[in-house]
Amino acid sequence: MIVRTRPADCHTNLFMSGARGFGGRGNSMRYSGLRVITEGLFGNKGWTPAWRDPAPKAEYDVVIIGGGGHGLSTAYYLARNHGITNVAVLEKGHLGSGNIGRNTTIVRANYFLPGNSEFYSHSLKLWEGLEAELNYNVMHSQRGLINLFHSDGQRDAFVRRGNAMINQGDDAVLLDQEGVREHLPYLDFEQTRFPIYGGLLHPRGGTARHDAVAWGYARGADRRGVDLIQNCEVTGIDIQGGVVRGVQTTRGAIRAKKVGIIVAGRSSQVAAMAGMRLPVESHVLQAFVTEGLKPVIDHVISFGMGHFYISQSDKGGLVFGGDLDFYASYAARGNLPMVEHVMEAGMTLMPMIGRAKVLRSWGGIMDMTPDGSPVIDKTHVEGLFIDCGWNYGGFKAVPASGWSMAHLMATGESHEVARKFRLERFATGHLLDEEGTGSQHNLH
Amino acid sequence: MRLKCPLCGDRDRREFYYYGAEDFLNRPEAADPGSAWDDYLHNRDNPAGVTKDLWYHEAGCSQWLLVARNTVTHEISAVELVAERTA
Ligand SMILES: Cc1cc2nc3c(=O)[nH]c(=O)nc-3n(C[C@H](O)[C@H](O)[C@H](O)COP(=O)(O)OP(=O)(O)OC[C@H]3O[C@@H](n4cnc5c(N)ncnc54)[C@H](O)[C@@H]3O)c2cc1C
Ligand SMILES: [Zn+2]
Repeated sequence: MIVRTRPADCHTNLFMSGARGFGGRGNSMRYSGLRVITEGLFGNKGWTPAWRDPAPKAEYDVVIIGGGGHGLSTAYYLARNHGITNVAVLEKGHLGSGNIGRNTTIVRANYFLPGNSEFYSHSLKLWEGLEAELNYNVMHSQRGLINLFHSDGQRDAFVRRGNAMINQGDDAVLLDQEGVREHLPYLDFEQTRFPIYGGLLHPRGGTARHDAVAWGYARGADRRGVDLIQNCEVTGIDIQGGVVRGVQTTRGAIRAKKVGIIVAGRSSQVAAMAGMRLPVESHVLQAFVTEGLKPVIDHVISFGMGHFYISQSDKGGLVFGGDLDFYASYAARGNLPMVEHVMEAGMTLMPMIGRAKVLRSWGGIMDMTPDGSPVIDKTHVEGLFIDCGWNYGGFKAVPASGWSMAHLMATGESHEVARKFRLERFATGHLLDEEGTGSQHNLH
Repeated sequence: MRLKCPLCGDRDRREFYYYGAEDFLNRPEAADPGSAWDDYLHNRDNPAGVTKDLWYHEAGCSQWLLVARNTVTHEISAVELVAERTA
C-alpha cells in the first residue's frame, strides 16, 4: 500500500480526536510516510488489519444494506457528522466487490441542472479534502477533464454548461481547436465524421483510486465504531404497522431503528422486500484497460459524440469505456457489439492507441432511472430510507451521497444539496433530465 | 447475443433496437390517474431472472418483438411478434 502524508489541517485534527476514542478497538494505527519507511525497514511486519471483522449484534440504531462506496460513506458520515456510531453495514459479498471497484474513476463537477449542480459541486469539495479527512491515500488526481465538441451547436451547449459550472462556483474553460491541440496534440482533429472544434476543460476534474475510496471510508467508519459485516446478505426487511423493525439476513435477524437501502444495481430487489416498485432498470456497463504504458495521456478525455472516454491510471493502463450495452441485465459482463463500438470510437479519436494491448474488460450493473438522476429519500415505511439510481455516475458522488444520506437518516430532513433527489419527482413531473433524453431508462 | 425473429430467423443483436420492459405496451387511458402514468413511464419490476422486453427489428423486418429473456444469463427463451400478441 502506498501512503502519502499530507500537511495537518482541521480535518486531520478532527479525525485524530475521533480516533482516540476508539483506541481500545485495536485499530488506531495512523498511516504516515514515516510509518511506511519504518515498516519497510522491518519487513512490513507491524501492519494490522485496516478494520475489524465483527459478528453481527442483535440490534443496531442504524443498519445500512450494501457495503459499496455509498453505503460505507453513509456509515462514515453518520458517525463523523452526527455522532451515530451504533451502526452496521451489511454486505452480501466482500467490501468493494460491487460497482465501487468496477468503475472508471472519473471525478467531476460539470453538471448543469439546478439540483445536480450543487450536489456534485459539494461532492468535489469533499473529494478535495478526502485524503486528509480519512488519513488514507485515495490517489485523487485533478488532472483536468476535457469534453470535446464537434459542431457550432454543440459548442453553444458547452458554453452554456460552462457558464452553469462557473455560476455554481466551479471551474470551466472553453478551448478552441488550438487550445485543445495544446493539451491533446495526439488526437485526430481532422477526422471526417466528427472533426474537433474545441473542448470544455474542467481543470478540477480528474480521477481517484476506486478501491482505495471504499477502503478509506471502511477504515474510517470502523475506527469510529461502525460494524462492517461481510458475507451477510439481506433477505428480508421487517416492517410492523408501517414502521421498520430490522432485517433478515443470511447471518440471522438483526433489529434496527433505522434502515438504509444502498445497493446500487440491486436496488429493485431489496426495495421489493419492503413492497416497493422503483423507477429503476438495471443495465450493464462495460469498461476496458490496456497493459501498462509509459505516461501518454495526462487528462481525462471525453468524446461524447463517439461514446468514448479515456484516462491513464497511475499504474500506466489506459482505462476507457463507452455506453451501456443498452438492454436490461444483471450479468456483470457485456456483449461484443459494444466492445467493438468502443474500440472503433477510440481508434477514430486517437489512432495512436491502436497498438496497445487490451488486458481486461468487465461489466458492472447500473441502477438506471428514467431521468438519469439519483434518489436520496425517505420511503413510505417509517425509518426506511433509500439511496439509489446512480446510473453510471455514482463514483464521483460517493462523498456527497454519504454526507446527504447520513443527514437525512439522522435528522429526517433532506440535505440542502440533495433536496431535488426525491422519489416522488417521477410522479409529480419534476424530472432532473441532465441530458434531455427523455423517459427511457437506458438513454441517460 | 442473438435473437430469433419470428419472421427473419436467427439474427445478430446489432440488428435490433432495445426499447425497454413490456410495461410500455400497457399504455393507460388519458383519463387514468397520474399514478397509472407514473407506473407506465417509470416504475419497473426489473427482475434478476426472466423478464419480457421490447426489441425493434430495425435492420430487418421492422417488427416490434416481445422477448422473454433471462437478465442474469442472457438466455432467450421466447420471441413473439407484438402485432400477433394474444395476451
Ligand atoms: C464500468 C463502470 C464505469 C463507471 N465509471 C464511472 C465513472 O467514471 N465515474 C463515476 O462517477 N461513476 C462511474 N460508475 C458508476 C459508479 O461505479 C456507481 O454509480 C457506484 O459505484 C454505485 O454505488 P456503490 O459504490 O454504492 O455501488 P456498489 O459498489 O455496487 O455497492 C452496492 C453493494 O450492495 C451490495 N448488496 C446488494 N444486494 C445486497 C443485499 N441483499 N444484502 C447485502 N448487500 C447487498 C452489493 O454486493 C454491493 O457491494 C461506473 C460504473 C461502471 C460499472
Ligand atoms: Zn425480423
